[in-house]
Amino acid sequence: MPTEPNPANPSSSAPRASQLIGVPKETFPGEKRVATVPEVVAKLVKLGFSVAVESGAGDAASLSDDAYRAEGAVVVASAAELWATADIVFKVRPPNAEEVAMVRPGQTLVGFIWPAQNPDLMDQLAAAKATVLAIDALPRTLSRAQKMDALTSMAGVSGYRAVVEAANAFGRFFNGQITAAGKVPPAKVFIAGAGVAGLAAIGAAASLGAIVRANDTRAEVADQVVSLGGEFVKVDYEEEGSGGGGYAKVMSEGFQKAQREMYAQQAREVDIIITTALIPGKPAPKLITAEMVQSMKPGSVIVDMAAEQGGNCELTVPGQAVVAHGVTIVGYTDLASRMARQSSTLYGTNLFRLSEELCKTKDGVINVNMEDDAIRGLTVIKDGEVTWPAPPIKQAPPPPPKAAAAVAEKKVGHGHGSTGPLPAKTLAIIFAVAAVAFWFIGAYAPAAFLGHFTVFVLACFIGYMVVWNVTPALHTPLMSVTNAISSIIAIGALVQISPPLLGVVSAADGRPDGLIRGMAFVALVLTAINMFGGFAVTRRMLDMFRK
Amino acid sequence: MSQSLANMAYLGAAILFILSLGGLSNPETSRRGNLFGMLGMALAVLATILGPRVTPDGVGWIVMALVIGGGIGLFAAKVVKMTQMPELVALMHSLVGLAACLVGFASYVDTSIQYQGAEKIIHEVEIYIGILIGAVTFSGSLIAFGKLNGKIDGKPLLLPARHWLNLGALLVVIWFGRSFVQAASVGDGMVPLIIMTVIALLFGIHMVMAIGGADMPVVVSMLNSYSGWAAAATGFMLSNDLLIVTGALVGSSGAILSYIMCNAMNRNFISVIAGGFGSGGGAAPAKSGAAAEPQGEAVPVSAAETAEMLREAKSVVIVPGYGMAVAQAQHTVFEITRTLRAKGVNVRFAIHPVAGRMPGHMNVLLAEAKVPYDIVLEMDEINEDFPDTDVAIVIGANDIVNPAAQDDPTSPIAGMPVLEVWKAHTSIVMKRSMASGYAGVDNPLFYKDNNRMLFGDAKKMLDEVLVALKA
Repeated sequence: MPTEPNPANPSSSAPRASQLIGVPKETFPGEKRVATVPEVVAKLVKLGFSVAVESGAGDAASLSDDAYRAEGAVVVASAAELWATADIVFKVRPPNAEEVAMVRPGQTLVGFIWPAQNPDLMDQLAAAKATVLAIDALPRTLSRAQKMDALTSMAGVSGYRAVVEAANAFGRFFNGQITAAGKVPPAKVFIAGAGVAGLAAIGAAASLGAIVRANDTRAEVADQVVSLGGEFVKVDYEEEGSGGGGYAKVMSEGFQKAQREMYAQQAREVDIIITTALIPGKPAPKLITAEMVQSMKPGSVIVDMAAEQGGNCELTVPGQAVVAHGVTIVGYTDLASRMARQSSTLYGTNLFRLSEELCKTKDGVINVNMEDDAIRGLTVIKDGEVTWPAPPIKQAPPPPPKAAAAVAEKKVGHGHGSTGPLPAKTLAIIFAVAAVAFWFIGAYAPAAFLGHFTVFVLACFIGYMVVWNVTPALHTPLMSVTNAISSIIAIGALVQISPPLLGVVSAADGRPDGLIRGMAFVALVLTAINMFGGFAVTRRMLDMFRK
Repeated sequence: MSQSLANMAYLGAAILFILSLGGLSNPETSRRGNLFGMLGMALAVLATILGPRVTPDGVGWIVMALVIGGGIGLFAAKVVKMTQMPELVALMHSLVGLAACLVGFASYVDTSIQYQGAEKIIHEVEIYIGILIGAVTFSGSLIAFGKLNGKIDGKPLLLPARHWLNLGALLVVIWFGRSFVQAASVGDGMVPLIIMTVIALLFGIHMVMAIGGADMPVVVSMLNSYSGWAAAATGFMLSNDLLIVTGALVGSSGAILSYIMCNAMNRNFISVIAGGFGSGGGAAPAKSGAAAEPQGEAVPVSAAETAEMLREAKSVVIVPGYGMAVAQAQHTVFEITRTLRAKGVNVRFAIHPVAGRMPGHMNVLLAEAKVPYDIVLEMDEINEDFPDTDVAIVIGANDIVNPAAQDDPTSPIAGMPVLEVWKAHTSIVMKRSMASGYAGVDNPLFYKDNNRMLFGDAKKMLDEVLVALKA
């Protein structure tokens, strides 16, 4: 909420009992989805919000105004009225020019925005002094954020629908049958890209009885493919394709060549190809060439789920189903919208989960908490200020230090920020005690000791900083490695075994050489057990951690 | 090799150790972290041997000691079972403590290094403190080893007026420290030094004996921290910066780890150290408030019924506890997981931060059984998924799934974060009996309507479940 008073709309700046969520009818041509469904309305009301739905918003998804009313929503006649009263607007598609004009200062807009592709829209929304949460900008690697991940839920619907569209265009059974009328071979389906959509397609095609093969540049999804009843087809080339954030990256030339050969071979063998390959921020890779289409059996089907980004097949016409070389190429860009009821329910639930995160107090007033990684990620405009792109969520280990002291200084500064606010009183006491202790040491201790003391204190801080972010799974190996490292005490024993005495003291002085050597020897044996055993056991443990 | 060169090698070793600890905070870099640790250690040892403070006639002794110790260490690391890992780590801590004591004594009787005035006092204080920490680490770790091993009863041993005893011991130690520093000759100083060592050993025993088995993860990591401080004290004693840096690294990281553990249990660090969990504070409210007594009846099920429930579930969460470790059931658990996943059941693991007897204990066991770590989730990641979970299986865990921590403010574990298994459609608890966990607190979960009890040894029961599942 904006903090400055707003003459045009004074009510939105004052704290209110509960905020109004508005759900307009989608304006994009052919879009059948709606941003909330009656079941979700009931849950939103439970969170303390009031909900207004534009009349007819759910019609295309077979959701009547009465169904919304029954769950506690108010149905308003026009979009203009809705935009004028709602504090928060839930949408599916990015707003069009008319809708942007209706955005009020201080209003919160939630929906797909695609900030990278729509810079103009971003400027307009920022100028309107709105807060915009782009559900597509959600940091997907946060497991906590999965419940809000609308990209995943929409991709799942699309994947399923892609198989349905393929089955519709394909003139045969998917499953093999032996009937009195003769033997029917099962359909062979090849799925390029095993992301969420690909996996959903694998599951759907396999459950219809087809033989399903799939490929992905990310080798780690092979298990997931198999788990859904597919067969993972490897590209005969060594390269790892994870590009961070769960997406694939652009692969090398050598890999692409091997991949093309594999696709060409699959095209000759299979009946149906479903492609889902996307690389964020780039046109979709052209995986299926015109020659490959030509080599397919007549009556085969290609469903190109990347059509909106230009398509994975050279012959794709976005938004249409065309026939080329006897092969039907389906390039629909609205697969999720074709199952509007299902995708609206999933999308509505995603937005409800987001509302829960935004309104932890359950009093119907949202709080866009920029400290929260997930919310920070999807907040692309905050009160008219563009906050996209969000800084990457820190997960990586600290960068390699150049020298111990330099790291210590840097890290100490960093630490005061990240430890969180200590109560001022506690902090003052800690500082006072530290000051007294430091003064005492400085006043009485000899210079040599001070050097060691400095090193000691800084090293304590490094230890603290380095270990603070350890994942709980690694507590035991960490303990075992620190234990091994603590056998550094061996150095103490080493310098005692046989130091160069150089006549510093004569033997007559009574240095009990034998005794010292004996003790040092035993100490060295003990630490050696720890040293070798500790590292070996850590290694053994770590070898077992695998993905 | 000159002293300067050796010092540079030490600096390199110190950096390698820092990288090692840093690497260990993430599974991707952990193996490299361990390698850095080994390199750092090799560098430090070689630089010392080749450095000016070791003469060639010592090399024979050194090699012999390293071969003997290294052989024993490698052998132990090879044969130890993953379930015995906490014991091994505790035992190893005791070795470091003992070594610190020996080095301290050796340094004291070494007359080749002469100090004067304040330096002498500081040096002697360093020796005194080094031996003190070393001795506490040594005896404390041995007791922790015994407790983890089951050789010593896990129940906290509480002497009357134990806090006063500890305080008295501290005063005596300080008093002897004074007379130690004032002693004119090595012989005179030896008496207070030995008395102090004995007191420190007793203190270590007393301290760990007073801590209940449930708090052992904290204790093990605390002792880990102590062994670091002992190394740092030795570093001061010998004016060796590498020892100081490394000791401080290990010491502070161990302390942080203990702190993280305590936070996970919602327990005050001081009260864990002070000991006596679940017996002192727990008994009184349990007697006074009848409402705290669990109501209802526990419903037992058979392994076959369990398999039936699992087969019909879509989403299963497994909560392993110490009972799984004791029964060595992790491989069977993974077999069941694989069978279920092959049937399309979404099986995940929920790990409570203090499950088991050592931080990360369950993760290590599951990793040994080759459970992929992306289906092993932390408490915070999975707790909100329980309402959508069909079956939650609790294998040999008790306090970490106790709803009383949330519902009953008088419970001794009130406020401890727990896995909310009771929110699943059905929860199944595998246990040998109805006995209470380490905290000695009764568990209302067992009496909930949607909970079933599968009594028996975890391994045996899970084997039966697996057979029934595959049938």
